[in-house]
Amino acid sequence: MNNYETVFILTPVLSDAQMKEAVEKFKTLLTDKGAEIINEEIWGLRKLAYAIDKKSTGFYCMLEFNADPSVIDNFELNFRRDERVLRFLTTKHDKFSFEYSEKRRRNRSSKKEGPVKAGSSTENKESGTN
Amino acid sequence: MAKQSEIRYLTPVSVDVKKKKYCRFQKNGIKYIDYKDPEFLKKFLNEQGKILPRRITGTSLKFQRRIAQAVKRARHLALLPYVTDLMK
Repeated sequence: MNNYETVFILTPVLSDAQMKEAVEKFKTLLTDKGAEIINEEIWGLRKLAYAIDKKSTGFYCMLEFNADPSVIDNFELNFRRDERVLRFLTTKHDKFSFEYSEKRRRNRSSKKEGPVKAGSSTENKESGTN
Repeated sequence: MAKQSEIRYLTPVSVDVKKKKYCRFQKNGIKYIDYKDPEFLKKFLNEQGKILPRRITGTSLKFQRRIAQAVKRARHLALLPYVTDLMK
């Protein structure tokens, strides 16, 4: 089992429900193969730094999960086949990035309890966490 | 020999004390550079979005490689531009 992190961008033309359904699809894809999802972050609609498929915004999502290396190939194949996905990136965590993401998770969970709960879908990423 | 001290310059010789550059990652104990944080990575880019050389930022080789990796990942995810003008 390795620890992975995937960020993917969905097209902005989807409705909220369609978006949730797409994220759910990829999550079940993982859990069906025996992967364990640790963290899910929805960054929401963000401006892209450059146009992809003539679109200037995209819906960012991030998943962190524990999985067998053999799962990844099929998982990424589904990203390539899905037309709703503009971009995706899967990275394997080493011990440093794992520590970092743990810290980040703790920061986020403590933040969510505090001010706003509904703002999670539109909130921008905090900067300077290093 | 004694006359050497009498040499005068027209313009005062600038004795600039060079500030030693240091690697901010090693100094602050940062071990992982996050590609999901474009605002932080922008410190290592110039106006056109190119990665700044080590000789300017003072980063150690080890972390320069990690910056490069992180910047390239961020570019792929459209968090940073590949080419641009007037980024800052």
